[in-house]
Amino acid sequence: MKNTTSGLGASRYSSHRRRKILWTAAGSALLLGVTTGIAGTSASAATVKPVTIGISVSLSGDFSGDGLATEQGYKVWASVQNSHGGILGRPIKLKFLSDASSPTQVVTNYQKFITSDKVDFVLGPYSTKLTKPASLIASRYKYVMLEGIGGGPSVFSRGLKNVFDVSASATYQLVTFAKWLVATQKPQPVAYATMDDPFIQPMVDFARSYLNAHGFTDALYKVYPAETSDFSPIASSIAATNAKIAILGTMPPDGYAMIQDFIQAKYNPQMLIEASGPDQGSEFVKAVGATNTEGIMVPNTWIAASKNFQNAEMVKTYIKMYGGTADSISADVPEAFSAGQVLAQAVNHLKSLSNPKLQAYLHSGASFVTAQGPVKFIADGENGGATPYVFQWQKGKYVPVLPLKGADKVSPILVNRPDWGTTPGA
Amino acid sequence: MLIAQAVLEGVLVGGFYALMAAGLTLVFGVMDIVNFAIGALIVLGAYLSYTVNVHLHLDPFVSLFITTPIMTVLGFAIYWFLIKPIKTDRVVMSLLTMFAVATLIEGVLDLTFNSGLVQIHASYINNSLKIGGLNFPLIYVLSFLLSAFLLAMLFLVTYRTKFGRSLRASMQNPVAARLVGINTDKVSGITLAIGIGMAAVGGMIFGTTNAFNAASSYDLISRLLVIVILGGFGSVGGALVSAIFMLVVQDVVSVVWSPVWGSTTFYVILIVVLLVRPQGLFGKKGVRAQ
Repeated sequence: MKNTTSGLGASRYSSHRRRKILWTAAGSALLLGVTTGIAGTSASAATVKPVTIGISVSLSGDFSGDGLATEQGYKVWASVQNSHGGILGRPIKLKFLSDASSPTQVVTNYQKFITSDKVDFVLGPYSTKLTKPASLIASRYKYVMLEGIGGGPSVFSRGLKNVFDVSASATYQLVTFAKWLVATQKPQPVAYATMDDPFIQPMVDFARSYLNAHGFTDALYKVYPAETSDFSPIASSIAATNAKIAILGTMPPDGYAMIQDFIQAKYNPQMLIEASGPDQGSEFVKAVGATNTEGIMVPNTWIAASKNFQNAEMVKTYIKMYGGTADSISADVPEAFSAGQVLAQAVNHLKSLSNPKLQAYLHSGASFVTAQGPVKFIADGENGGATPYVFQWQKGKYVPVLPLKGADKVSPILVNRPDWGTTPGA
Repeated sequence: MLIAQAVLEGVLVGGFYALMAAGLTLVFGVMDIVNFAIGALIVLGAYLSYTVNVHLHLDPFVSLFITTPIMTVLGFAIYWFLIKPIKTDRVVMSLLTMFAVATLIEGVLDLTFNSGLVQIHASYINNSLKIGGLNFPLIYVLSFLLSAFLLAMLFLVTYRTKFGRSLRASMQNPVAARLVGINTDKVSGITLAIGIGMAAVGGMIFGTTNAFNAASSYDLISRLLVIVILGGFGSVGGALVSAIFMLVVQDVVSVVWSPVWGSTTFYVILIVVLLVRPQGLFGKKGVRAQ
């Protein structure tokens, strides 16, 4: 019995001991695992901690079309740059917030990026209107703001030292066309109409000043508010001048509406250039009709087939990510992409995430290469090395025609547009 | 001749702005709510016509036989499920509700169609007629005729039918209307349905004359509100007169002076009119004070 009892007791003891050993082993294993895991995670995190970049984009409101393209441009850049080792060997993590095209919201967004998210860098939003307040906030917190789509003169006239535009600034966008007119055409009246936008209007005004200085007179000069939705009186006024050259400071919807109104008014200028709209690829063709595109021109800072740095890779990655063709890529995409390229080149050169060091380096006269061409910042932050192109629709294709002496090959310019509705091959 | 052309274009474009504003003013007259979703609903109407045009290859005007019933049903549903259940502080709550509807519509359209600009097409949209030195863009002429017809129909419904009597009674004094047996809920539902049904027509016209995306509603709502305020809340005739007046003033000032001063001049006139007649040109003073 005792034996039995002892046997039972031994058995109980043995069972208790086994459980204790098991629990101890399990606990040890768990502890070891957790410790190893933590250690492993810490080690891993130390090596792959991403470089965070905050960007406000306009995904609703007036700039929603361009805002989406801007976001795509930055995402394509992050993808390409990450495939090349990111920045300083660390992956790039982009943080986006939508600003609904609002100058108030864009300020809130950048404040959040800097003070709450504590991002390493910020990149610019879409438009001059939003870049102005955004760059001011960045300056207050001593952050650099590299941007490619906010090049209105008012961005650079405030004495800020932290804002840098990688694209051709607004002032010079139409100058290539104006210079070509002066070189090849006799002085004559030119009709101008422009939106009162801080990016668009300076484009037209600078070209107008240049042409006026070279003997071209004003057939008409009209400025219209950005909220205009009925363009027929402006188009009728231009049509009444019968000017052979029309230079329009438009955004895409007004650019389309103006062409529609010209067709209805049977006004057919020999040369028609719009600040924006004809650069929107298939959207433009659908809006104005394939038979009406012939000879219409637009300034642009980028050529899809250019051999500029990483341009082919950008185009390939964009098509992989979003579909379409090279011609359907909005100009906002390379503009945003180029801002990222300059950031990566500068930070990799400095081997530091310091914004003050970055600002000093960008002001040092250093040169950079981008998908849009060379970048070298002048004192106010504009890109002194930019080459604005002029594109023209010819036989249903969107081709570069100016500058004649640039690095990229261009097609001969079509000087006299045909009648509306007669695009060859359309 | 340029001024005559501006007047002509102001009248033609003002016609379809009046149509879009008529729904807004009627809804306010009957229900005491400002339909802040009207801009988004017009853009929704434009997208519906665009979809029918692209996928069924129907003429934009023919597309209205499909889009108008859809929008009318949507209007009735908005009333029945979102406005009618509001029991307290109806004016403010319905304002917020319509704002939410606008935001929801914009978000859904943005997700469905992305933010690229589109435009409704037909072979005749770029055509125009030249009469007496004046240029009559065909799409504006057709749109004006359609708007005039629909506004006339609306006038007949309002002043020559039993429903119109109920509608006017509900506008003048909703409590008294209920006391004499008028189902003001039903009247309100039908009125909102008509207002939103007309947004389908306005949307089609807007979509054929402008490239648009989901965000295009913002410019519309401010213009339509101004038209309704000048014309007098609740007055369809007032909406017609003020829409044409607004567009003619803007267009004439634009060609004679500058487009920047076009809208400024109109707003100055609006302020002067409201100082003299706070209820607008055709609004009835203190009708709601009862």
